[in-house]
Amino acid sequence: MPDLQHQTALDWTDHIHRIRAQDQAAFKEVFAHFAPRVKAFLVKSGADLQMAEECTQEVMATVWTKAGMFDPSRASVSTWIFTIARNRKIDMLRKRRRPEPEDLFWGPEEEPLAEDAVVLQQETKRLAEAIRALPEKQRHLVEKAYFGDLSHTEIAEETGLPLGTIKSRIRLALDRLRHQLK
Amino acid sequence: MTKIKHHLNDALLMAYSAGTLPEAFDLTVAAHLSMCDECRAAAESFDATGGALMDDLDTLDLSDDSFAATLRLIESAPTVSAPRKRTKGVLPAPVQDFIGGDLEAVRWRSIGMGVKQAIIPTAPNATARLLYIPAGCAVPDHGHRGTELTLVLQGAFQDETDRFGPGDIEVANEDLYHTPVADIGEDCICLAATDAPLRFRSLLPRLAQPFLRI
Repeated sequence: MPDLQHQTALDWTDHIHRIRAQDQAAFKEVFAHFAPRVKAFLVKSGADLQMAEECTQEVMATVWTKAGMFDPSRASVSTWIFTIARNRKIDMLRKRRRPEPEDLFWGPEEEPLAEDAVVLQQETKRLAEAIRALPEKQRHLVEKAYFGDLSHTEIAEETGLPLGTIKSRIRLALDRLRHQLK
Repeated sequence: MTKIKHHLNDALLMAYSAGTLPEAFDLTVAAHLSMCDECRAAAESFDATGGALMDDLDTLDLSDDSFAATLRLIESAPTVSAPRKRTKGVLPAPVQDFIGGDLEAVRWRSIGMGVKQAIIPTAPNATARLLYIPAGCAVPDHGHRGTELTLVLQGAFQDETDRFGPGDIEVANEDLYHTPVADIGEDCICLAATDAPLRFRSLLPRLAQPFLRI
């Protein structure tokens, strides 16, 4: 049985499904939880308060409009919103869309397996706990890589993050998606 | 498609996920991820790392009007743009986005010895180019001041380190001097990104460098 924390992560997945069905109450809860984190991320990576405020609103509006593309077998809601915020930040700096890989998403006919989604959400939770438990020095390096001033040449080729399990789960989800797309 | 043997390293995947790479590198990484599910899964697990870090930040309050302003944005938003169609061409989708089409949209310029290139306009801190190496021909031997990423889109090339086929990406840095030679069977098309000018051994390409922007 998933414990309470895992349940919380799954609840957000359910919120996104409700947002797909235009549920404004669900959106309000997602906004209340995530918007202050998105704003913090943007300020931490160098945006001023005014820019961060506007950018956060755009990110949250994208959560609404793109809810149909969220894939819980490949990302948690936190992960997904992080990618939207990161892309929006880059787009604003470059005034051009960030190059993204070819889109891979489930069509309206088929959905990812519920079991895949549950396992992925649990793995994401475990990863978050592992990151919290990193030695101070290593955690600091990871934060520096994500919030600004570490270039790719300054990042170690082996980051030492425990990504093996979550990576193989995402890989599995991609295989199933590719199979369905054929 | 043959199995991809040469992948991105963690440093590049993490920087791509963090959003700190130069645009030319973003483009090359996105092109490789379009061809390589192994690296795509790795990149998405780095995204999960970013999500976890964002979750743990001290939150910042939004202005009182924020939620209402977001709803107004949603109302005024144009209908959701359709996701890009999957392409069957030689160039991966993110490259086609930049060029405005597949190979037919590329404007090649000769850089000598049969080799052609097309610069892809990106932000100036790094350069991206498509390279066309006729079967059996070589790119003049060169080294690197910074990092050079070379992704094979068609055909294959061989250099001092190994053979690189479709989807393979070579990550070269200061300690590699190499002479990529295209396989004899087919013309080779690559996407290459550099964050510093290349260093050519022989004089002729060195003289041509400023004009070719290599």
